[in-house]
Amino acid sequence: MAFKLPPVSLKIEATPGNIITGIILILGFGLTVMRFYGGLGAVTNLDDTNPWGIWIGFDLLCGVALAAGGYVTSASCYVFGLKRYHSAVRPAILTAFLGYALVVFALHYDVGRPWRLPYPIFVSPGTSSLLFEVGLCVFLYLNVLFIEFTPAAFEWLGLSKIRGIVMKMTMALTIFGVILSTLHQSSLGALFLISPSKLHPLWYSGYLPVYFFISSMFAGMSMVIFEGSLAHRYLHDKMDETHLKESDGVVLGFSKAASFIMMGYLGIKVIGLAIDNNWHYLFTGWGAWFLLELLGFVGLPAFIYAIAARDKNVKLARIASVIAVLGIVFNRLNISIVAFNWHLPAAQRYMPSWMEIVTSVFIVTVGITVYRFITANMPVLYEHPDYKHEH
Amino acid sequence: MAITRRKFLGWMGCAAAGSATLAGTAAYGASNKEFKGHPGSFGVLHDTTRCIGCRKCEKACNEVNKMPDPKVPFEDLSVLETERRTSVHTHTVVNRYAPSKQASSEKQHPIFVKKQCNHCLEPACASACFVKAFKKDKKGPVGYDETLCVGCRYCMVACPFNIPAYEYDNPLTPRVMKCTMCLPRIEEGKLPGCVEICPREALVFGKRDDLIREARMRIQKYPDLYVDHIYGEHEMGGTSWLYLSKVPFSQIGMREDLGTTSAPQMTAGALSAVPIVVGLWPVLLTGIYAISKRKDKVAEEEAQEAIAHVKEEAETALASELAKLKEKMTKEKETAVTAAVKKAMDEAAAAAQAEEKAKTEEQKAPEAESDVEEEK
Repeated sequence: MAFKLPPVSLKIEATPGNIITGIILILGFGLTVMRFYGGLGAVTNLDDTNPWGIWIGFDLLCGVALAAGGYVTSASCYVFGLKRYHSAVRPAILTAFLGYALVVFALHYDVGRPWRLPYPIFVSPGTSSLLFEVGLCVFLYLNVLFIEFTPAAFEWLGLSKIRGIVMKMTMALTIFGVILSTLHQSSLGALFLISPSKLHPLWYSGYLPVYFFISSMFAGMSMVIFEGSLAHRYLHDKMDETHLKESDGVVLGFSKAASFIMMGYLGIKVIGLAIDNNWHYLFTGWGAWFLLELLGFVGLPAFIYAIAARDKNVKLARIASVIAVLGIVFNRLNISIVAFNWHLPAAQRYMPSWMEIVTSVFIVTVGITVYRFITANMPVLYEHPDYKHEH
Repeated sequence: MAITRRKFLGWMGCAAAGSATLAGTAAYGASNKEFKGHPGSFGVLHDTTRCIGCRKCEKACNEVNKMPDPKVPFEDLSVLETERRTSVHTHTVVNRYAPSKQASSEKQHPIFVKKQCNHCLEPACASACFVKAFKKDKKGPVGYDETLCVGCRYCMVACPFNIPAYEYDNPLTPRVMKCTMCLPRIEEGKLPGCVEICPREALVFGKRDDLIREARMRIQKYPDLYVDHIYGEHEMGGTSWLYLSKVPFSQIGMREDLGTTSAPQMTAGALSAVPIVVGLWPVLLTGIYAISKRKDKVAEEEAQEAIAHVKEEAETALASELAKLKEKMTKEKETAVTAAVKKAMDEAAAAAQAEEKAKTEEQKAPEAESDVEEEK
């Protein structure tokens, strides 16, 4: 089928945002060259005792957790039958797809020989490794998300036949996506099960996989709310009536759900403390840090979410979503970096170099730029006029 | 969306079976099997009470593995001032530990401990590696295959002894580096480089089972010289490298809180959850989907029923009203008809009467006429 490429809007104005984006992209490009010319040692503060830094702790762990909005939203809409969430599905799938794509992109910086990334699946599968499971599930899920997103691209390109075929697979893809998400979200936590001697007992638990999976749910919901507020501010003109009409319902619905799940999460965290009898650690400095994470970044946003849902206060829900997202970042960094190797003296601990941080910022910026391009051109925040009222 | 239930379940089945075959092969579950090491495998017994910290083992290791010369020559013992760990070009290091202050009555000798890969019976690195680059050889050593390594460094996260080192400055072909227990030399029938050179027999190479017996004998023979513990016999499920010490091992830089659970066992539970999730989730999710769908359907049916009911009610009401109206109208009509008939009949009667009257009058009239005529 011959098709004409639709007009692409690539207007780049010299706004402060665009200028900053440009600077970050240039810096990132420079660091990329350094990384692949001088090795990891040239840009990172990693060493033999601290093999994983923020490229794993932030880019991989937080990236995957915060991209959970994809499976949460599509499951709400298609599996749980909450059809009013329909307009939120596409943006959530897009962010999830970009999130996972960025995770894989970031891994190219972190692993020593990125061209061997297909090895675990196609050359020598190390099936006893939880990292294998993460790799396999992320690989499969990236494909699922890609297929789930293609209808938007097909609508944009006017390929209605292929679009129809993909639309018929929606349900199967959604359920497959939830299975894969359950597995790799939990496996990211399970990665650390192998090192009880290195992770602080307050964070180490046999329940780590459960904690990661449960927290990924409210991470995803909070991210949908948070992104929604950003999109409303900057991409309002791209949204159609349905999206605008339904968005408050999505925010309040997810607030309520997130509040419930976070309360449950607090409960199982306490169960984890009790089952390993780790209460005495609460009265140490690490305990204060742990309580800050649990009460300040889970309990507090859960409470604000509850009020927001009760009062139907969208603004309040957005505030809660920011705290909850920060809480997820806080938790994942605590497990992978702060409370990891906690027993070592300060001189042997890891602090990221500025170059590592800029590289992470660069990767996020790449993601935002791509998101802006796609939402500016493809029917994501609005429904394509030809396919309206189909679902 | 046109998805029949049959089609849908078919897809789910395929997805489940696919993921199960792909991901489920390594989950041993929580079995109570215990691996006691390959029978007859080799190990090394390091008796720290005999070590004098001469660093000859470090030198031998460097030569055997063809490493570049160190900045500080091996004869310079000043490096012992600081605690070191293994690194890319140093697969083994000797550390010096000052004796504890409590035992001040005895002669105070520093204690030297050699550090290298302990060659676990069930290695954490091998369990963690997602490309099977690490392998426990049946002879004892844990080997590394750089042709498979992706460089993810999860092995380094997993290793409880902090042994593997990584070539951070190698941009294209970085490797994970660690002691090989000189497997090539063992295969040639030679001793590992460090064992061969040790002037004090602080290192003994042999079958692991024999070494444990030897270590027990030493402890039994010289109870004052050793703490009653063979480090590595059970730590992390057991290691091929074994240690004896005069002081508690935690005082000579060796962790005593590692436990006896092997690394694969720590992750077995999480791994065994994978096939269960793959098997159960489609059922659960399809169930939720079916319930929500059914609810929708029931709600729709109920709505339709309600509509039908209302319609029916309205219809009967309308019908009854209509009937009433009809009745009323018929009645009215009837009354009107009766009235009309009555009126007509009355009129007819009146007419008949009038006619009769007229007739009688007529009859009377001729009579009268005749009367008149008669009168005429």
